Amino acid sequence: MKETIRFSLNGETVTLETEPKRTLLWVLRTDLELTGTRYGCGVGMCGSCTVIVDGQVVRSCMTSLESVQGKDVMTIEGFARDGQLHPLQQAFLQQGGYQCGYCTPGMIMNAYGLLLRTPQPTRDEIVQGMESNLCRCSAYKRIIEAVATAAGQNGGSHE
Amino acid sequence: MSEATRMDRREFVKLLGGGIVVCINLGPVTIFNSSAAPAFQRGYPEDINAYLHIAEDGKVTLYSGKIEMGQGVMTSLSQMAAEDLGVTLDAIHIVMGDTDTCPRDRGTFGSMTTRFFGPAVRAAAAQARLVLTDLAAERLGVPRESLVVDNGVVYVAADRNRRVSYGELARGQAITHTVDQEAVLRSVEEFTVMGRSPQRLDGYEKVTGQAKYAGDIRLPGMLYARVLRPPAHGATMTRVDTSAAEAVPGVTVVQQEGLLAVLASDPETAETALALVESEFDVPAAGVDTESIFDHLVAAAPSPNTTEQDGDLSVGRQRSPRTFEYTYYNSYVAHAPIEPHTALAELSEGKLTVWSSTQAPFSQQTTIARETGLPPEDVRVITPYVGGGFGGKVPGQQAVEAARLAQLTGRPVQVCWTRAEEFFYDTFRPAAVVKVASGIDGEGKIVLWDYQVYGAGSRGSDVFYDVPNRSVRVYGEWGGAPEGMHPFAVGAWRAPAANSNRFAAEQQIDIMAAAAGIDPLEFRLNNTKDERMLSVLHKVAEAYGWEPAVAPSRNGRGRGLACGIDAETYVALIADVTVDSATGRVKVDRVVCVQDMGVVVNPDGARMQMEGCIAMGLGYVFSEEIRFEGGKILDTNFGTYELARFSQVPQIDTVFVSHDDLPPKGGGEPAIINMGAVVANAIFDATGARLYRLPMTPERVLEEIKRI
Repeated sequence: MKETIRFSLNGETVTLETEPKRTLLWVLRTDLELTGTRYGCGVGMCGSCTVIVDGQVVRSCMTSLESVQGKDVMTIEGFARDGQLHPLQQAFLQQGGYQCGYCTPGMIMNAYGLLLRTPQPTRDEIVQGMESNLCRCSAYKRIIEAVATAAGQNGGSHE
Repeated sequence: MSEATRMDRREFVKLLGGGIVVCINLGPVTIFNSSAAPAFQRGYPEDINAYLHIAEDGKVTLYSGKIEMGQGVMTSLSQMAAEDLGVTLDAIHIVMGDTDTCPRDRGTFGSMTTRFFGPAVRAAAAQARLVLTDLAAERLGVPRESLVVDNGVVYVAADRNRRVSYGELARGQAITHTVDQEAVLRSVEEFTVMGRSPQRLDGYEKVTGQAKYAGDIRLPGMLYARVLRPPAHGATMTRVDTSAAEAVPGVTVVQQEGLLAVLASDPETAETALALVESEFDVPAAGVDTESIFDHLVAAAPSPNTTEQDGDLSVGRQRSPRTFEYTYYNSYVAHAPIEPHTALAELSEGKLTVWSSTQAPFSQQTTIARETGLPPEDVRVITPYVGGGFGGKVPGQQAVEAARLAQLTGRPVQVCWTRAEEFFYDTFRPAAVVKVASGIDGEGKIVLWDYQVYGAGSRGSDVFYDVPNRSVRVYGEWGGAPEGMHPFAVGAWRAPAANSNRFAAEQQIDIMAAAAGIDPLEFRLNNTKDERMLSVLHKVAEAYGWEPAVAPSRNGRGRGLACGIDAETYVALIADVTVDSATGRVKVDRVVCVQDMGVVVNPDGARMQMEGCIAMGLGYVFSEEIRFEGGKILDTNFGTYELARFSQVPQIDTVFVSHDDLPPKGGGEPAIINMGAVVANAIFDATGARLYRLPMTPERVLEEIKRI
C-alpha cells in the first residue's frame, strides 16, 4: 500500500508516494538518484551506506523509508555547500583518506556523526568511532589522520 | 572488423579532429599485446597500445585501456605524460578503460601499469614534445636547439617574447608519430611533475560522492535484476516454479540456458520476487572441506614445474649438520572489494554498451560478444571508477549476465551482486601447501633449499639467497590448476602466490637463524649478495633502530623481519607485536616498510599503496579464511569473514631506498607479500611459538603456545 512519505533531504523537502517499507538506501539510489550512498553488504556491517538522520549515524541499508518520515536526512551529496567542501571532505582529500573511493562517502558520514558526538576525539576515540566501517583498500591510517585533522579544525560544522 | 576496413594512421588522426597523435607501441614482447584477439575498437591501427593526442585547441588527452581502482594510476600516468610533454598536470586529460575510445589493453593487474606502461607513456610524451618543438622551430625560423618548453609553450631561449603555444602548433595539423629513439626523457633533476605528490585527480569526485561506479549509472527504463543461484558450486537445478514471482506486479522473469533472473524497476522488488521462486537443486556430496583441503591439494596436484635448480640436493644434505623440514599452509581467501561485481548493459540499435566494474574491459568485450552472439565490434565496455579489484575483477560473469538480460528484455539491465553472491562467485586466492627442507653449514651459510609449493603458484618462490644446492618445484599455478584440484574457482589475489610463498620461505629463514643462534638480520645479510636486497635490509634496520639479538626473546613482545622481491620491487619489513598468551590475541604495534621501487613517480601515492598493503594484509594474517564444505561456501558476509579494521592498524613507517637510475617498478603489491612471515616471525620472538598456518587466529596461536 503506497503512502505519502515526506522528509527533509539535504535541506530540501522531498515527498514520495511509495511503499513505506522500502529501504532508505535503495530509495536514495533509485528514485532520488543520489548514488553517493552505496551498497556494500546489505546488513549494516560495512558502513558504505551510512547517512545522517536527525544528527544520528544510521545505516541506510537497514533503515525503512517510513522511519525517516518528517526527519532530516543528510547524505554525502548535501555535504559541500556552495561548492565549498566540508572540512571533513577537505581533510580526506588532503590526507589521502581514500583509494578506490567506494566506501569514502560512508566513512565521511560516519566521521561527521562521530564529531557531532565527540567534537575533539582522541586517536582512540576516532578508532572506536570508525571501527564498524570497512575499507578494503585499507586506507585506515590516513582516514584516522583525516578525521583528526578535521576535528582540529572544528570539523563538526561548516562554521 | 576486417583488415580491409581498418583505418590507416592519417584517417585515425582525422577522426580525432586533427591535431597531433603519438602512438604508443609496447612491442611484441610485452604481455600487453595479445596475440590471440585482434583489437575491436573503432579501427585503430593494430600496433598501438595507447596514444597521446594534442588536439587543435591544445587539449592533451591520454587514451589508455588501463583502469582506476584505487591504485592511483589516473594520477601517476598523467604525471608521467605531463612531465615529458612539458605541461602542467592539469593540462592532461585521461580516458581510461573504454573499449571504443581506447586501444586494446590486456588488463590492469600485476603491478604493471606504472612499471611497463608508464615508461611508454613518457616516451610518447617526449616524442610529442619533440614533434612540437620541431614545428615551433619551423614556425619561428630558428634551430630546434635554441628552443625551450615551459608549460605547453615553446620559447626561443634567448628571447622569450618569441614563443608559440602547443595549441597554436597543433592547429591545422593531422600528424601521427610513433615513438622513436630520438626523443629524450627528462632526467630526475629536471622533474617538475614527477617525483611529487600532487592532489590525486580522482580525489574531489571521491570525497563528494560524485565519482561514478558501474552501479551508479542510471538509464531511462532500466531494470534491476536478481539471478537465481545454486546453493553450492557443482549443483544442478532439478525443479523450478516461478509462478509466484511472476505474479508480483511489475516483475519480469526470464529463463534461458542456465540463467534464471527476476527483473523489476527497483532492486528490492526484484529481491522480493526472487525469494518467491521455488527451486530444488541436486547438490553433489561434499568432497573436501576447510580442513581436508590440504591433503587433497597435495594428492590432486599436477606434476611439478621445476622453476629453479642448481647444485645437488643430496650434497646439500651431506653438508648440513642440521636440516630443517617444515610444512606451511594457507587457506582460501576472498577479494571482498566493498563494491561488488556490477554491470549495466544497454542494447540500442544492435549495439551493446556495458558499464562494468572490471580490471579487464577488453577481455570482457570478447567474452560478452561470445556469450551474446554479437560481433565484437558491436560490444562496447566502459569502465567507470572501480571500487576495489585486487585481482578479483578480471573475470566478467556479471557483465555477461547483464548483457544477456538486456538482450532478452530489450531494456537496460543492471546486475549488482549481493555480498553473498560476491563471496560465492569470487575467484579465491587458492589454498596452498608449501614443504620446505633446508640446511645450514657450521658458519650459518644456507647450503640446502628444497622447496615444493602446491596450489599457490610460483610467484615469490624464487631464491635470492645464495644457496649452492637448491630446487624449487611448483605443483600447479593459480591460473592453470587441473580440474578438481580446487572445489571452486581460484584466481589472482594481490601478488598472487607470493603471499603463500613468502609466508613459508621467510619463516624457514628465520627458523634457521634461530637454530644457528644468529640475529635474523645478520643471518639474511650473510646469505645474500644481491645489492638491492642488502640495501633494503640495511635501510629497514636503520629506520627501525634494530639492535642485534637472537630470537626468541620470549617476553610477550617481539619483533619480526621479512623480505622479498615482487614486481621487480625489493621490499623489507620489520614488525613489532604484542602477544596475549592467555587468549592468543596478537596486536601488531608497529610496521616499518622499506622499498626500492626504482624512480618513484608519486611518493605519496606509493606510500598509500604500501600502507594499504600492510593494513589489508593483517586481514589474511589474522582472520580471513573462506570456510566451505565441498562446493558450498559457508561465509556469506562480513560477520564471519573478517577484514582488517581500524583498531588493528599499527604505526606504519614507509621508507624508500632511492634508486632514481632505475625505471619505476611495481607498487601496488610488493608490501603485502611478507605480512604473514613478518608477523609470524615476531610472534616467534615474543613467545617461542611457530605458526605454520594462515590465518593466525587466536585459537591457532594459543594452540602453538601450549605446544612449546
